[in-house]
Amino acid sequence: MADLLIQQLRKTYNKGATIAVDDVSFSVEQGALFGLIGPDGAGKTSIFRMLTTLLLPDSGTASVRGMDIVHDYKAIRKEVGYMPGKFSLYQDLTVEENLNFFATVFNTSVAENYSLIKDIYVQIEPFKTRKAGKLSGGMKQKLALCCALIHRPTVLFLDEPTTGVDTVSRKEFWAMLQQLKAQGITILVSTPYMDEATLCERIALMQSGRIMAIDTPERLVSAYPDRMYAIKAKDMSALLQELRHCGSLASCYAFGEYHHITFNNDNEVSRTALVQYFTEQGYKDLELKEIAPGIEDCFIRLMNYAGNSH
Amino acid sequence: MKQFLTFVRKEFYHVFRDRKTLLILFGLPVAQILLFGFALTNEIRNARIAVFDEARDEASAAIISKIRAGKNFEVDRILSSYRQIEASFREGKVKLVVVFPRNFREDLLHRNKAQVQVLADASDPNTASTLTGYINSILLDYQQSLSPAAAMPYRIVTQTRMLYNPELKGATNFVPGVMALVLMLVCVLMTSVSIVREKENGTMEILLVSPINPFLVIISKAIPYFLLSLVNLAVILVLSVSLLDMPLNGSLLLLLAESSLFIITALALGLLISNTTASQQSAMLIALMGMLIPTMMLTGFMFPLENMPLPLQLISNIVPSKWYYIIVKSIMIKGLGFSAIWKETLVLLGMTAFLLLVSLKKFRIRLQ
Amino acid sequence: MQEIVIKTEQLTKRFGDFTAVDGISFSVGAGEIFGFLGANGAGKTTAMRMLCGLSAPSSGAATIAGFDIYTGTEGIKRNIGYMSQKFSLYEDLTVLENIRLFGGIYGLRDRQIKDKSEELIGSLGMGREAKKLVGSLPLGWKQKLAFSVAILHTPRIVFLDEPTGGVDPVTRRQFWDLIYAAAASGITIFVTTHYMDEAEYCGRVSMMVDGVIKALDTPSQLKQQFAAGSMDEVFFELARNSKRKADQA
Repeated sequence: MADLLIQQLRKTYNKGATIAVDDVSFSVEQGALFGLIGPDGAGKTSIFRMLTTLLLPDSGTASVRGMDIVHDYKAIRKEVGYMPGKFSLYQDLTVEENLNFFATVFNTSVAENYSLIKDIYVQIEPFKTRKAGKLSGGMKQKLALCCALIHRPTVLFLDEPTTGVDTVSRKEFWAMLQQLKAQGITILVSTPYMDEATLCERIALMQSGRIMAIDTPERLVSAYPDRMYAIKAKDMSALLQELRHCGSLASCYAFGEYHHITFNNDNEVSRTALVQYFTEQGYKDLELKEIAPGIEDCFIRLMNYAGNSH
Repeated sequence: MKQFLTFVRKEFYHVFRDRKTLLILFGLPVAQILLFGFALTNEIRNARIAVFDEARDEASAAIISKIRAGKNFEVDRILSSYRQIEASFREGKVKLVVVFPRNFREDLLHRNKAQVQVLADASDPNTASTLTGYINSILLDYQQSLSPAAAMPYRIVTQTRMLYNPELKGATNFVPGVMALVLMLVCVLMTSVSIVREKENGTMEILLVSPINPFLVIISKAIPYFLLSLVNLAVILVLSVSLLDMPLNGSLLLLLAESSLFIITALALGLLISNTTASQQSAMLIALMGMLIPTMMLTGFMFPLENMPLPLQLISNIVPSKWYYIIVKSIMIKGLGFSAIWKETLVLLGMTAFLLLVSLKKFRIRLQ
Repeated sequence: MQEIVIKTEQLTKRFGDFTAVDGISFSVGAGEIFGFLGANGAGKTTAMRMLCGLSAPSSGAATIAGFDIYTGTEGIKRNIGYMSQKFSLYEDLTVLENIRLFGGIYGLRDRQIKDKSEELIGSLGMGREAKKLVGSLPLGWKQKLAFSVAILHTPRIVFLDEPTGGVDPVTRRQFWDLIYAAAASGITIFVTTHYMDEAEYCGRVSMMVDGVIKALDTPSQLKQQFAAGSMDEVFFELARNSKRKADQA
């Protein structure tokens, strides 16, 4: 039995005018780390709020460890840990006071479950007498995670825990999640950062309230239908402009150091023609190489596909 | 139980770490008491007046010296012509002019009838009528001292006694009003804002997704403000009794019990507001507009309810502080017991029960 | 040599005994895309506020768009644009009303505002949304619109504080197209971001750690200098030893 079972969940706001979650179904096995990947407005937060029994769905059903999110809300609230997208601790209480408070709220004590949070808490312990409002983004996020874990939940909901946090803290945070997963906790996490998708076991790519694809990151990437190439030259922005007008390309997007391109007719001839064309145009240090597509490439392709089919 | 105590402690942290709110919380009652007790009283002292004495005889001189002797008036100037009367009013310096016509004493003694003209600046009608009242009583006094036995064969002598407040002190009227006002303000405003703040900060989200009973959250919010209100009440009582000579004729215990009831009424109202609003601003606005103003206007301590049009009088019945005001006055000033105020107590009880019921019904166990 | 529009010299901001920004010196040329990166709490926001003329430095010197940072704050404000992830436009005004409002704030003439609005709505392809409330638009559109409004008065410099946070991958790239177009027209771009691929799009990137600029160069030079494969690794290398982790960003 899956720990999370979501079937055709739908949520609208403003009397149906705004569709936040549109017919979403997925399931998460016990002990899995599942990621909802998508930009703001994809419907991630609404899904979290429905699963944590904070919102009622318009239609569809969902269960958390076999408990219905509408009828068994009290039982669910005893079992789950939740970290909302916005920092939601008491800013005027100290680190220690926040932790003790939430421990009591969940009818437990810090000492009882210290083993679970120890690795995280030691990092913020030096600042335990500091008010939560005075902590940096990364520290706040660690404290919030401690508070969400204090009652040893079986399912952990983390809504955009790494948004607005720098790379270093983000890496540390994902390392912590791997440790928690190792302890058998089922984790549902959302993120707008595509590069974090590969850190999840399974992911759902979401856009405008819909799930565009669900699978393991590896399978999603290998399902990419075209071969992908990375191209770079001295003047990247001019190169991009001109690539966009190339009839032989199916897609072309800036990706950091390189531009990622796919061909309409991928063969040796078209590739050589492209390189030759740009060399003749005077582009220096031109480099073209085949690469494995990433999650972000998949996301863009799915977005365009969805956009065209509408 | 431990959960509950932790919650209450947390609320106290919030209160004591927010210096500005704390200052308002305790500064407000003190400021109100001092303001209403000293600055705003019905009694007028040292009102500047002018005298135009055409008579210049013993009688007018005696009356003028009587006016001067009292603490109500200060004779600012002696006028020498009618034209100056108008001028001095226009200057705005004097509030009242007393005119003694020629032959004042002659008329008084020989024709048994003399006239004194009293002109008052009635742009402020309350002050004008109070001041003319003071003058009248001085004149009456003089008249009686002049001919104790003689004069008219038939005479009605009014013997006025101002019961409960013989010196007509303003404090006896205002202190109960201030008590109602402060308790209302602290309880309604503070509770509603503190609950809505949890919604705004997102902490309510976490509390809802926890096994804790949401009602416990609400109740534990009310406790600190209940206790703080009692402290406030004590401060007001001590200040008003010691500084403003406010009497406390009835039972202190009864007063505290009735006040506790009123505090709970106000807390229930605060809960209702917080359940129906989503932002601190709107909670504050509703609390101020919806509570403070009716409390000031319709309780009876600033404007007598009897003089109001019927619709307003009817509306005043749903203002809790009106009933509390009656109760406090009955206990503190009249020294009455519970038997005299059970009806008002019942009204407050009913209101509290109603408010609690509605806010419990409105209470949401989910977002939105 | 291109014209210098931002020049700072040992710029420092202290709050009590805490030095948020500790003697930063750098210069940015006209039309350059300058990435201003740093860990949480490194002092980026404080530095940006000083450069925008919103907060006075404790010591050091700086010239922004030719105006002195201490005495010329009014001149600075007239010659810069600003856009952040949090505040951008009034959600309860329509697209056109927002353009008109900000045009008015920067003293554009009615004629100019009218022309600019038409041009802007045309180039963003928002013809059908022109009379809709900004609040009803998707985030990506809002951000693109906010950027266009921030450069409506053709400022010398535009400051972008995490402009693409939470925006979908396609719109994020369209946003960078707008940035490139603005830079090509001579507007200097000063941008912060948490997306490391976006650091690659900048002409030069500065890395701030604990109030100090630890590195400043072109992305390729930085990668070479730190023997790193990506900007992400460069950042990680620099920021992981930060001492100021616990302090407020």
